[in-house]
Amino acid sequence: MSPGENPAILLKAEGLQVRRGGALVLDIPVLDIFPDQILALIGPNGAGKSTLLLALACLLKPARGRFSFNGRVIDAGRGDVEYRRRVALVFQEPLLFDATVFDNVAAGLKIRGTGREEIVRTVPAYLERFGIAHLARRSARKLSGGEAQRTSLARAFVTKPEIVFLDEPFSSLDPPTREALIGDFEKILRETRTTAVVATHDQTEALRLADRIAVMNGGRIAQIGPVAEVMNRPADGFVASFVGVETVLPGHVLRISDGVFTAAVEGGEIEAVGHVRTGEGILCCIRPEHVTLSTNAPPPGTSARNVFSGRIRTITPLGLFHRVRLDCGFDLTAYVTRQSFETLSLEEGKSVIASFKATAVHVIPRQT
Amino acid sequence: MDLILEGIKKAFFLIFTLDAEVLGITLLSLKVSGLATLISMVVGISAGTTAALSRFPGRQLVVSLINTGMALPPVVVGLFVTIFLWRNGPLGFLEILYTPTAIILAQAVIATPIVTGITLAAIQNLPANLRLQILSLGATRIQMVWMLVKEARLPLLAAVMAGFGGVISEVGASIMVGGNIRGYSRVLTTATVMETGRGNFDVAIALSVILMLLAFTVNAILTQIQQRERLR
Repeated sequence: MSPGENPAILLKAEGLQVRRGGALVLDIPVLDIFPDQILALIGPNGAGKSTLLLALACLLKPARGRFSFNGRVIDAGRGDVEYRRRVALVFQEPLLFDATVFDNVAAGLKIRGTGREEIVRTVPAYLERFGIAHLARRSARKLSGGEAQRTSLARAFVTKPEIVFLDEPFSSLDPPTREALIGDFEKILRETRTTAVVATHDQTEALRLADRIAVMNGGRIAQIGPVAEVMNRPADGFVASFVGVETVLPGHVLRISDGVFTAAVEGGEIEAVGHVRTGEGILCCIRPEHVTLSTNAPPPGTSARNVFSGRIRTITPLGLFHRVRLDCGFDLTAYVTRQSFETLSLEEGKSVIASFKATAVHVIPRQT
Repeated sequence: MDLILEGIKKAFFLIFTLDAEVLGITLLSLKVSGLATLISMVVGISAGTTAALSRFPGRQLVVSLINTGMALPPVVVGLFVTIFLWRNGPLGFLEILYTPTAIILAQAVIATPIVTGITLAAIQNLPANLRLQILSLGATRIQMVWMLVKEARLPLLAAVMAGFGGVISEVGASIMVGGNIRGYSRVLTTATVMETGRGNFDVAIALSVILMLLAFTVNAILTQIQQRERLR
């Protein structure tokens, strides 16, 4: 566990194995879900993300495994109704009932035997929160994709679950609808301080929402940790190839001028371009191929606004180029061609100048 | 041609004057087929839902048998129900052969596979993850099954319509197990067969018109419900 993480564990899975037709499709020795945190499960199709979510939500019976929720051991299968009533799962498809939006959102409460009066008191607040209050009386069959997914999310949140599991909840939506919904969803998650586990194959979505990322491959967790750690220090080749070895720096906007803004990141300041507000929390992502190295000053004629001196920590030869990891007060990764590598006579421990353009910084807004 | 016209005229006379015998036969038909459909609904929806939601060895065979049962010839049902209810048959002690109860039983046997088969298909056609979604909302297994049945209510209505349509117009089993006893176990179809055999075409046409009106009315009501549900 890295410093700053909440030491309390809300849900713990140990020795979790799921078999399908005899084959082991999920093998998780241990997984901890911390309260008030958002864990993103990323990985290619078939990596086991959905299976893990179903197992954690106690909707499939694992071959073996032990779960404890708030320190209490729970029945890993469908038997534990009490546990299932304290968590919620949202699928990629909205799976609404053939009823009105209001009745759909009220479904979980009705299942729990909540009285009509309380339902009428509770549901409208969630309809409002997810921006579907005006659709309350509409049949769920007549909703657009975005409206349907909002209804599905409201249905999950209305029961005030302690953990929400989400299986690619935005992936079937068109980009503008998806953008709007992710924004609202992020806000609601932070406001309600709901613990969430989100499966996604979209890295940007994961970066935007998650406190921690678990990269999955072949039914196993290849790496799990805080966002910046997984992105900047991939544990193995698979994780590196999947996350694309970007430098990811959490920070916030200091000032904006002439369309270029300055962001404070740990160990320095970065200039970048993007639609942001002063004080806004952001992630600055820099791809290694956009970072240029030199030994004394930035190469002449460069328009790079970001120039940092740093020390080379590691060098990894990757065929046609070398991957160079620098310590510039923050971690920065650069790709250098074999020719440049020899010209600059780079070696571990050597001081170099790294530069990249303001336009090379990919900015992801992020609530802090 | 006259035969037909005369028949139709007489038929409408019998209907509009509420002829006691015709009325009695009609009410008995409604009662018998209505009850048989009700029994097939209870058994068929339960069995169809169970078959759709369970995984067990030989399930494929069971599904094939249900589907075959949907095309069960009424005379075959009539034959076996008669054998079972025969004085020294396995259920002979019930002494219900040649009674309306026997017709209800035979018609329920005919309608049940129809309702079961359509229910099975309807539940299987629901989205695969809907079951998990309902469970994830905190439902017990019983609540989950009930919600699935509610979701499939439109095709289930079609199942009931098909079941009722099948038994109200069925004649073979009714005549075999009911005996077509006047004022006791005579229903619309058995009476029509008998009157036609006697050459009483007017009465036969009257009974046929009622039979068609009945089938039409019941189906029209159910269709109305179905369409209103769809438009909601």
